[in-house]
Amino acid sequence: MAAAAIEASRAPARSAIGETWHRAGPVLAVLGVVLVAWYLAAIGLNAAQVIERELEPGWAWQDLVRHTLSMDRPVLPAPHQIALDLYDSIFGWPLDSPRNLLFHTWVTSSATLLGFVMGTALGALLAVLIVHSRTLDRGLFPWIIASQTVPVLAIAPIVIVILGSMGMTGVFPKAVISMYLCFFPVTVALVKGLRSPGVIELELLHTYAASRGDTFWKLRVPASLPFLFPSLRIGIAAGLVGAIVGELPTGAQAGLGARLLTGSYYGNTVQIWSALVMAALLGLALTGGVSLAERLLTPGGRR
Amino acid sequence: MMALLASGPGLAAAIVVLLALAVWSVRKLAALDEQSALGRFGTPVVFGAWIVVFWQILTEAFDVPQVLLPAPSLVWHSLVANGGVLLGDFVQTVVHSALIGWTTGCALGFATGVLIDRSAFLQRGLLPVAALASTVPLVGIAPIMVMWFGFDWHSKAAVVVVMTFFPMLVNTLAGLAESGHMERDLMRSYGASYWRTLVALRIPVALPFVFNALKVNSTLAMIGAIVAEFFGSPVSGLGFRISTEAARLNMGLVWAAIVVAALAGSLLYALLGWVERRATFWHPSFRAAAG
Repeated sequence: MAAAAIEASRAPARSAIGETWHRAGPVLAVLGVVLVAWYLAAIGLNAAQVIERELEPGWAWQDLVRHTLSMDRPVLPAPHQIALDLYDSIFGWPLDSPRNLLFHTWVTSSATLLGFVMGTALGALLAVLIVHSRTLDRGLFPWIIASQTVPVLAIAPIVIVILGSMGMTGVFPKAVISMYLCFFPVTVALVKGLRSPGVIELELLHTYAASRGDTFWKLRVPASLPFLFPSLRIGIAAGLVGAIVGELPTGAQAGLGARLLTGSYYGNTVQIWSALVMAALLGLALTGGVSLAERLLTPGGRR
Repeated sequence: MMALLASGPGLAAAIVVLLALAVWSVRKLAALDEQSALGRFGTPVVFGAWIVVFWQILTEAFDVPQVLLPAPSLVWHSLVANGGVLLGDFVQTVVHSALIGWTTGCALGFATGVLIDRSAFLQRGLLPVAALASTVPLVGIAPIMVMWFGFDWHSKAAVVVVMTFFPMLVNTLAGLAESGHMERDLMRSYGASYWRTLVALRIPVALPFVFNALKVNSTLAMIGAIVAEFFGSPVSGLGFRISTEAARLNMGLVWAAIVVAALAGSLLYALLGWVERRATFWHPSFRAAAG
């Protein structure tokens, strides 16, 4: 990022179209190379199976290419196969059918969003408590920081089992996993953000005879927003991983995690890849949504 | 001891007294001076110890089913009783999957960063892609890697390689861009070659960024190795142990496996922090802490 900024400041002024091309061109070139490499890899990886099972002796290379790019269960499906499967599984079935990928995407994203809201609320509450209590700041906060180095996602199967034994199934247990993955980064960033106002700002409000509440809402909260949003992006991406992982131990009924798992049970590689692409798109959409909220709520722009 | 106080007002009174003692001791410690080691390290330790004490007392007093929350003593007993099994899981998940994947992924990310640093075109093409990769649930490639590389640790290490590559690439590029024009001009006036400048100036300056990526990646590697085992694994591994024993409701062993994973994760992180302080002792953030 820093390198790009330095370069942009040195480069001569460009037209709007030139600027777009300057940015998008290299990305498109990289993606193009990836696409070509993908097709070559698909041919290479699928060749052994195709030669063994599908081709008659005396085949030409055109047959090899045609067959390797249209296998039912390829080692590596070609991009157009994944795109076709995505299209079929989105438009080929009614929206509430378990065969529709959008249905699974909704199951996963609803758990992610619910967990994200709960996690952000819990994280904010903890941050406010920590900022106002020296005891919690000294006693609890080091544990929250240390827990960042621990693979907390490993608790996911336990959460499913515990809440399942209490009769809770469906969206809620997955949302709980998303929640506890979201709240760590939010708490850490908010504690930093709520403490970011300097002595000068705090004393200015003191001279205005501002109450503790006024100082909190009119100074500390706005000052914490630039710290909050990057952590929200981390939180929602982690929450999505949590929701997907939460779908694994429940017998894979619904959701993108379930699609990944059933795909791997039945060796249906195209289904795995289309679920993966969908998960990636969902991740981009969720973090993009947070970035949009950031643009709207912090008029000064990102710091 | 709890059997004596098993029920009624005696127990309630004992808990209230202990609670008061706990709050008092933590508050006293927290009120200590910022500089004292006792205040800085003692408070979280005592706070954590009280949590464990109350966890133990409350699970026993209210007879919490061990499926919901096993008592710390039970977790400790499983940890000791299953030491051999957990050691095997540790070797499988941490030493094989996580460490080998982490080393390979970080090395690849660093090498790619150094190689494409000379090409502004490739940087502009790869940086946005690498930034987007952080928002994508990459661990989902686990079932594909299991198909390609089999059930053993190779597939888990492959997942970890993919997960750790992009953070290292982004941080290496940012770190290499960090050295100033003055320093680079000085190197040029010495007639230093590109590689000489790289080794003597730009990589040392980039080290804080590289260590940052190493630390972030150590956590990612543990997560990747454990979660990839949820998708299918041979008969050992911390993630395998957690998911199968949770399905059998053997929660003592599940929590013991989590304790091992947590200890491994934080020890790796602490070790990296220690190496970082040795390697980048000149950096202002450490100089300030030392002085």
